[in-house]
Amino acid sequence: MNQILKSTFAAGALALLLAGSASAVTLNMHNGGDPTSLDPHKLSGDWENRIAGDIFEGLVTEDAGANPVPGQAESWTVSDDKTVYTFKLRDGISWSDGKPVTASDFLFAFQRLFDPKNAAEYAYLQFTIKNAAAINEGKITDMAQLGVKAIDDKTLEITLEQPSPYFIGALTHYTGYPLPKHVIDAKGADWVKIENIVTNGAYKPTEWVPGSHVLAVKNDKYYGAAGVKIDAVKFVTLEDNAAALKQYRAGEFDILTDFPKDQYQWIQENLPGQAHVVPFAGLYYYVINSTKPPFDNANVRKALSMAVNREVIGPQILGTGELPAYSWVPPGMSGYGDPVMVDWKDLSYGDKVAEAKKLLAEAGITPEKPLKAQLRYNTNDNHKRIAVAIASMWKPLGIDIELYNTETKVHYDEMQRGLLEIGRAGWLADYNDADNFLSLLKTGIEHNYGKWSNADFDKLIEDGNKEQDQAKRAELFHKAEKIALDNTAAIPIYYYLSENIVSPKIKGFQDNAFDIHRTRWLEKTE
Amino acid sequence: MFSYAFKRLLSTIPVLWIAVTLAFFVLRLAPGGPFDGERPLPPAILKNLAAHYNLDKPLVEQYLIYVGNVLQGDLGPSFVNEDFSVTEQLMIGVPYTFTVASLAIVLAVIIGVAAGSIGAIYQNKLPDYMIGFVILTGLVLPNFLVAPILQLVFGVKLGWLPVAGWGNGALRNLVLPVIVLTLPHAARISRLMRGSIIEVMNANYIRTARAKGIGPRLTVMRHAIKPALMPVVSYLGPAASYLLTGSLVVETVFGLPGIGKYFITAALNRDYGMVLGTVIFYMVLIIILNLLVDVAYAFLDPKVRTR
Repeated sequence: MNQILKSTFAAGALALLLAGSASAVTLNMHNGGDPTSLDPHKLSGDWENRIAGDIFEGLVTEDAGANPVPGQAESWTVSDDKTVYTFKLRDGISWSDGKPVTASDFLFAFQRLFDPKNAAEYAYLQFTIKNAAAINEGKITDMAQLGVKAIDDKTLEITLEQPSPYFIGALTHYTGYPLPKHVIDAKGADWVKIENIVTNGAYKPTEWVPGSHVLAVKNDKYYGAAGVKIDAVKFVTLEDNAAALKQYRAGEFDILTDFPKDQYQWIQENLPGQAHVVPFAGLYYYVINSTKPPFDNANVRKALSMAVNREVIGPQILGTGELPAYSWVPPGMSGYGDPVMVDWKDLSYGDKVAEAKKLLAEAGITPEKPLKAQLRYNTNDNHKRIAVAIASMWKPLGIDIELYNTETKVHYDEMQRGLLEIGRAGWLADYNDADNFLSLLKTGIEHNYGKWSNADFDKLIEDGNKEQDQAKRAELFHKAEKIALDNTAAIPIYYYLSENIVSPKIKGFQDNAFDIHRTRWLEKTE
Repeated sequence: MFSYAFKRLLSTIPVLWIAVTLAFFVLRLAPGGPFDGERPLPPAILKNLAAHYNLDKPLVEQYLIYVGNVLQGDLGPSFVNEDFSVTEQLMIGVPYTFTVASLAIVLAVIIGVAAGSIGAIYQNKLPDYMIGFVILTGLVLPNFLVAPILQLVFGVKLGWLPVAGWGNGALRNLVLPVIVLTLPHAARISRLMRGSIIEVMNANYIRTARAKGIGPRLTVMRHAIKPALMPVVSYLGPAASYLLTGSLVVETVFGLPGIGKYFITAALNRDYGMVLGTVIFYMVLIIILNLLVDVAYAFLDPKVRTR
């Protein structure tokens, strides 16, 4: 009971506080799951990113359209060989307790991120930094060798392993946030408890009830505080989408970050203009175990891919109109231009099926002599619908699919151990670069569940990442993508959509391919 | 009485130990671990995580460390919700669940006993049939159906009550979840009560009371209810432990931060620490409630007391 009293008191005090200011505006956001932590080094989900990105800010941050813009750094310079970045920190940046944010807070955060003792799940995202990977793997124990130096309080120098065109974009990620060294030194692991935590973003967290909500109020010490229009954000934990939609209709939520797909039509009719359904930098795909006969035959894989009628999946099976994917890299990746499409994209579906039948017949698979194969997916209604539909598309070709589903943890554990014939996977971009998707097919990396391997492909990706010139780099990547598609390294199915419902009261919500909408760009009118 | 209760408590220790041991090892047999997910982690990082949580040690050693910690009252870290230990999470969630659950229990007993008694007094007459009908509805409608309907009617359409949320424990926020939790239990209790009173009414001492000229209503109130409560009490033990461990559906639909979803989500997340913590918590709760039921028996039935 004590806890309730305490939180009641805290909320009461806050209400008084807010009532005191002229017009307190709270944004009520349906945020899905419970955050793992408020410590940026322990996060991995988009619902955690929404909180972390409002309360912390890196050298570089996102504008309203999720493009990288200067954050805590006011500007930066790059050496001629594009491996040394020198950041100049903004004047007047400080933590929510008033202490200034210095270059050593960034240095401290990067060292902590890579320190194996801290076991940061997402450390690998910043492995472009010199010696970061070696330190994280324990091969180097001397932190001084990390490619991050605090030259003085206002200047931070970061050296990379090799030029990386997406480094600036990756710095917007929560693994690039500074941490309050003075608080962590004083409180140790407890620095992140709600009563101790200090942050440098537009908001500071003041209340966290696990299973209920995180409340963050405007941080007056934030350099851009004058432009922040919403006084507090309540990130509400609620896994039931249908209940969230009812709450939205009753005015209890301003933004829903997800909604039940089967109600999309109803939403369009009854809440016109409020559903924001836009392409998202993510790919839904099936992997095929290319080490196992007959799937080691590229023609068999191609036939499977051709026979998937992608056009019906978004509009009819899912009902939200996901766009069919014929490329490996989703459209809209920075500096990449249009992705390469499979060369049979424009055939009619009948022709595709005829061709697929021919290819399979050559491999000795016909409806009379069917191939039995297992298709596995993690337990979820949408995955199931898609699997059932695709199995029925494959059936006339002589592929007898056995559907096999397990919960998410088991699914990925088994896929990584190579226990699959055909399996469902998905990927959401970590940063705005085609490399993020192409790397999924490189030889020997964990995410390459199908164990597809092609030396030319690997070489092109490697060369592309060394290339300084953006256009030439894109060209190398395009070639690599073409190889992957020609060999049917995997079966792209659809590009993800971000699905938000935004109340007409909210202004400044810009749709973008990364589904990042920092609260400081939003406004709420009554 | 006290030595009896104490002995009962002692005998539960081995049960608790067996349950924890079983849960510990069976959990590890399940494929997949706490760090498997949509994004595979590089081996070096997995190694760091395993070392952080002692998962790199031999299983028996992990078990000994865990049991050692539990004996010192420490349920260990949660693998998924890292800012709160298992004990802290339970401490935070329990008040919410207990508030809603105890209201539901009290309400279910009041409604159930009243409805059951009325049904018994007017056995096979109109009030009995009417109550029977309402109760049957309460029994057959599952809570995952009742909850959204109530939300839609009272929250969205009429706008009288909040659709979901804790709202700092305000009564208006509690109404819907408590009703959803109360309905099936009130229904069952009233069935038990009705049957039990009808049975008791055939007993000799009731006939004696009636023969002395006491009216049917007074007979029920004064002489029948107390003995008739026995089956209700034995039902209340399991029902209370069911309610107090929280309801996944009600907590998810109404967005309450209780402990009901811990067990399920922890198992799905392979949050080893949290699963074991909830197992221990549930066991202790069930043991205490069963003890209370036994004590209540002794209070209600002199035959049990003297035995």
